[in-house]
Amino acid sequence: MGKLSDTSINKIKEISRRYPTSESALLPALYVAQREKGWLAKEIMDEVADALDLPRVRVYGVATFYTMYYKKPMGKYVIQVCTNVSCMINGGEEIFGHLKKKFGIKSGETTGDGLFSILEVECLGNCGNAPVMQVNEDFYENLTIEAVDEIIDSLKKKK
Amino acid sequence: MTESVLLSRVELEDSHTLTVYEKNGGYEALKKVLGKVDPEELVEEVKSSRLRGRGGAGFPAGVKWGFVDKNSPKPKYLACNADEGEPGTFKDRLLIIKDPHQLIEGIIISSYAIGVATAFIYIRGEYHNEADILEGAIDEAYKAGYLGKNILGRGFSLELILHRGAGSYVCGDETALMESIEGHRGNPRLKPPFPAAVGLYEGPTVINNVETLSAVPYIVNKGADAYTAVGTKESAGTKLFCVSGNVNKPGVYELPLGFPMKKLIYEVCGGISGGRKLKGVIPGGSSTPILLPEEIEDLELAYESSKPGGFMLGSGAVIVIDERWCMVKIAARLAKFYAHESCGQCTPCREGTTWTYKILKRIEEGNGRKGDPELLLDIQDNILGKTLCPLGDAAAMPIIAIVEKFREEFDRHIEEARCPF
Ligand SMILES: Cc1cc2nc3c(=O)[nH]c(=O)nc-3n(C[C@H](O)[C@H](O)[C@H](O)COP(=O)(O)O)c2cc1C
Ligand code: SF4
Ligand code: FES
Repeated sequence: MGKLSDTSINKIKEISRRYPTSESALLPALYVAQREKGWLAKEIMDEVADALDLPRVRVYGVATFYTMYYKKPMGKYVIQVCTNVSCMINGGEEIFGHLKKKFGIKSGETTGDGLFSILEVECLGNCGNAPVMQVNEDFYENLTIEAVDEIIDSLKKKK
Repeated sequence: MTESVLLSRVELEDSHTLTVYEKNGGYEALKKVLGKVDPEELVEEVKSSRLRGRGGAGFPAGVKWGFVDKNSPKPKYLACNADEGEPGTFKDRLLIIKDPHQLIEGIIISSYAIGVATAFIYIRGEYHNEADILEGAIDEAYKAGYLGKNILGRGFSLELILHRGAGSYVCGDETALMESIEGHRGNPRLKPPFPAAVGLYEGPTVINNVETLSAVPYIVNKGADAYTAVGTKESAGTKLFCVSGNVNKPGVYELPLGFPMKKLIYEVCGGISGGRKLKGVIPGGSSTPILLPEEIEDLELAYESSKPGGFMLGSGAVIVIDERWCMVKIAARLAKFYAHESCGQCTPCREGTTWTYKILKRIEEGNGRKGDPELLLDIQDNILGKTLCPLGDAAAMPIIAIVEKFREEFDRHIEEARCPF
């Protein structure tokens, strides 16, 4: 895990100037770091702390509080399946169960080839199109098991 | 159908762009008031519109604005709550995707009314595409001179910062939201002091929901009277209802407040899917008590309709559940959510939500014990009203309602030592 690029460090400093206090830039700064590295290793969080002139423990504390900051390496495609009530009563649990079986992994784990991570998540704010899942930044709606299989196949082809 | 306050442009092509917004009455309200109408008069106008907060609690927006000390020595702030984390709620997303400029105009006018120079939009982290759309619209607004220094040359300046959350329901609570903007863990703060007195960076702060702020341009354009002409006596205007679950046509619908719940489910949403029977309705997001079919018979969707079954309008998120579903399972899934999202600061919430989930899961799996329903109610009683932030109440209320209203399902699980569904 190499160091953050100068581009990222500069971006973080630029963001921090927009806010009334530089520590307010911590959440966006962690996103910048995660976007470059894929996840937040300890030494990367240290760099973010230094860039914002914050104690390192402050940064660890924040990174561990929020679920969208990854504390371990994730697959190329992170699949988040909602199983909260509106999705559950439209088949969300079956979708997630299918993915677990298909990949032979549990929530939070990554396939051996490093391609897919799966996460069982809470309401994604898209309940009218239940059941839904998110792959990286894209929503997939009104899912069926067949539709999920097709999505996975097309992602595999893209690699 | 009454006139649309919030969704008048959503069907238009490229409704998210500045060009389409301006062509369809956009930023007219801002031009009407900025530097021309006294901010205090504006606050009065919003007060007389009786616009109530659409984030869940229904507090009158103008009254909240009025709490801010005009002569505060510290800078004042406005934060738009776009966290949209309450399960069942997906209405703000539509306003953001389809009409981001309406929201931005609402934010600028509100900031002018309150005397704010820096405003924030706190958007949930999962809304990537939505955040991009908003970011694009904010850029357009800056370039067109609606944001930034000396807006429209009328002597008012405003910076608007989009701040992305990172996956935490509790950050939707206004005090946790402020912590998160300041770069901390989203731990709610003790109230008082209320944000209107001591908020962001210790300055007076107003926090309003996306839907609340999106209604402001209409009120300014058409006047408070036009707004109060719709709805009921205590619930003026229209409301976005987002309906999900087992209905034929789930979606977001703008309806006048006071609209009958039954009509919403059976006419607007085309009835229960598969022609099945209705078992229960969660009326206003996952934290509101579930209602039985007989409790929605004559129910009007308004803030003051506190009549049957402990009805709460909440965020307007209606979740419809059909006859196939096991209520112990539904309760267990809700409990799991609150146990996961508790920030852990207070013992009753941290321990109570986890314990509740464990018991419900045990019952569902056929290992229930005699006395479990009483124990569940006792735990909820020890959470309700005894925590630092309202997440504790939000966790306890749905469980109490489900245990009390579907008691026989719990008893059957325990007696038969299995899920009978
Ligand atoms: C745990 C919790 C989560 C909340 N989530 C949201 C939310 O996602 N969006 C929202 O507008 N309000 C949410 N609220 C309510 C806010 O604290 C606040 O009352 C609201 O944003 C005020 O805006 P309004 O007056 O326009 O309704 C939440 C409250 C709690 C306790
Ligand atoms: S009630 Fe729960 S979420 Fe709210 S402050 Fe206490 S522990 Fe945190
Ligand atoms: S319940 Fe699944 S997106 Fe809301």
